Amino acid sequence: MKPATNVRAYRGFFGITLLCLFILYAPLVVVTVYSFNDSRSITVWEGMSLRWYADVFVGPESGKFKEAAFNSFTIALVAATVATAIAVTSATAIVRAGRFRLRMPSLGLITLPIMVPEIVLAVATLIFFNSIGISRGYLTILIAHIAFCIPFAYLPVQARMQGLEDTFEQAAMDLYATRFQAFRRVLLPLMIPGIISGFLLAFIVSLDDFIITNFVKGAGVETLPTAIFGSVKQGIKPNIMAISTMLLGVSVIMVAISYFAAKWDNTK
Amino acid sequence: MSQVAEIAVDVQNAVKRYGDFTALKSISLGVYHNEFFTLLGPSGCGKTTLLRMIAGFEDVTEGAIFLFGTEIDALPPNKRPVNTVFQNYALFPHMTVLENASFGLEMLGKSRAEAKARAGEMLELVQLSQFASRKPAQLSGGQQQRVALARALAPSPKVLLLDEPLSALDLKLRKAMQIELKHIQRETGITFIFVTHDQEEALTMSDRIAVMSAGELQQLGAPREIYEHPQNRFVADFIGETNLIEVTISEVADGRAKCRIGGGHVIECDAPGQASGSACLSVRPERMVLSAGNASGIAVPARVVENIFVGTDIATWLKVDGGPEISVRISNSARSTIFEPGANVFVNFEAGAARLLMD
Repeated sequence: MKPATNVRAYRGFFGITLLCLFILYAPLVVVTVYSFNDSRSITVWEGMSLRWYADVFVGPESGKFKEAAFNSFTIALVAATVATAIAVTSATAIVRAGRFRLRMPSLGLITLPIMVPEIVLAVATLIFFNSIGISRGYLTILIAHIAFCIPFAYLPVQARMQGLEDTFEQAAMDLYATRFQAFRRVLLPLMIPGIISGFLLAFIVSLDDFIITNFVKGAGVETLPTAIFGSVKQGIKPNIMAISTMLLGVSVIMVAISYFAAKWDNTK
Repeated sequence: MSQVAEIAVDVQNAVKRYGDFTALKSISLGVYHNEFFTLLGPSGCGKTTLLRMIAGFEDVTEGAIFLFGTEIDALPPNKRPVNTVFQNYALFPHMTVLENASFGLEMLGKSRAEAKARAGEMLELVQLSQFASRKPAQLSGGQQQRVALARALAPSPKVLLLDEPLSALDLKLRKAMQIELKHIQRETGITFIFVTHDQEEALTMSDRIAVMSAGELQQLGAPREIYEHPQNRFVADFIGETNLIEVTISEVADGRAKCRIGGGHVIECDAPGQASGSACLSVRPERMVLSAGNASGIAVPARVVENIFVGTDIATWLKVDGGPEISVRISNSARSTIFEPGANVFVNFEAGAARLLMD
């Protein structure tokens, strides 16, 4: 098929493309490359080494980072799980329950947090916790993460659910399944790709979050992003680059799985 | 039949409204036990809506639906002992063919072994035993159709509902499936309610046909009755091919009407009760013959416009003097005389072949 417009014919196409790619990826490349630098300097290359990776695990700051990593991963796991469960039930109601009053407002309310500036959410969440008197710590981070992960888990689940014809459930109910059996035996298995995709997206968003976490975390409890930020304030050391590179790796893997899960069509 | 047949599905004054739109305008019909019953009509006539109301996927706005004397219109689909073959089959893609076929029985609380055994029998009935462990996506359209049939038959429903199940198949496969469906219906003795927009399919398969249009029942009867004695212009036009000739009734006497075709030729035919004014005469193309001289019976002068070859027949288009264009089917055999375009001929048919339709 011949494309309608050949964008390559536009003047400056290659220049602009290269510029965009450079701005987007040069910092990441620099961080990744220099994480393998055998030097205390972050700008002078002194040969290949894994010493900063070792430093992350056994160095003077390793205790802090391990604890932060533990917090980050457990929070991400629980937040993504709870957010996905909420997303599945919401999507079932919004996509499957036909028209009901407040259907569009419900959809809006669920997806709104994606569009609200994160700093606003952060301040609002902080004020909320203060006003109901929950002291800041691990629990407040977890609750906040569950809340802002919901729309990220919701969107892939909804997309998947919209792609499934409702005749599957009708056929199940026609064959004597109750509503719950139709959901459990037919709809849910067909939803799995969307659920995996939503879960991983929520997991990544939780793992990477800095602004909201920083507001609601309280003293002494750190996640990886806040721990890295704390470290960087005392000057950038190459071990930060090693952590960043590992986080980047985890993100890339999860986003890739999420992408393929969303494309996986188990109805075929 | 000497005894009165039992009524399986009784639809009484069923109305379906979606907001301001009325999809069904008070339909009443009874489907006999063991019958192959077809709901026939163009898309949007309400036939699928009626089927879905019987299945339980649509509420009944007004009226009632009875299944063997029990009112079912308030029951959810899973409480009605009827099963559906869906237009797109709706096979569960994550289950094997056997799991699909045994799903209904498992939901009814049968043991897994019992359900699988019965499902196996049904797969045998539709000749798919060797595909039991495949997934639906690994089957052809025709095979998927059979799985859908086996799945719906396995729980031994009191009535099987089929929503245009053959429309996705190619012509040859469709013809074969029509015959097979008919066999399966006879073999199982289950009442079939079949929805289609294909009048030929309806004529081929049905014991009785309900012709629907614009949410109303137009005519209910055996295929032959509907074909030979259409009650109105819609049915005459929708079922098979016909010539609809506008006429003016000049005189009615002893159940016979004198009808004037356009320019002036007058013919006489059987008149329905309230015949008067303008009406429409329906004559099937295969019930007319052409002759060069003035033959006995009804003979309408006309001029040949065109001959169209359609395989077994030749369709001759003619212009009636001072009237409409009509078509006549002449069998494509050595004995038939074909008139060239421009020839002046007479169109002959018996009075019994013409149906006078008032609307």
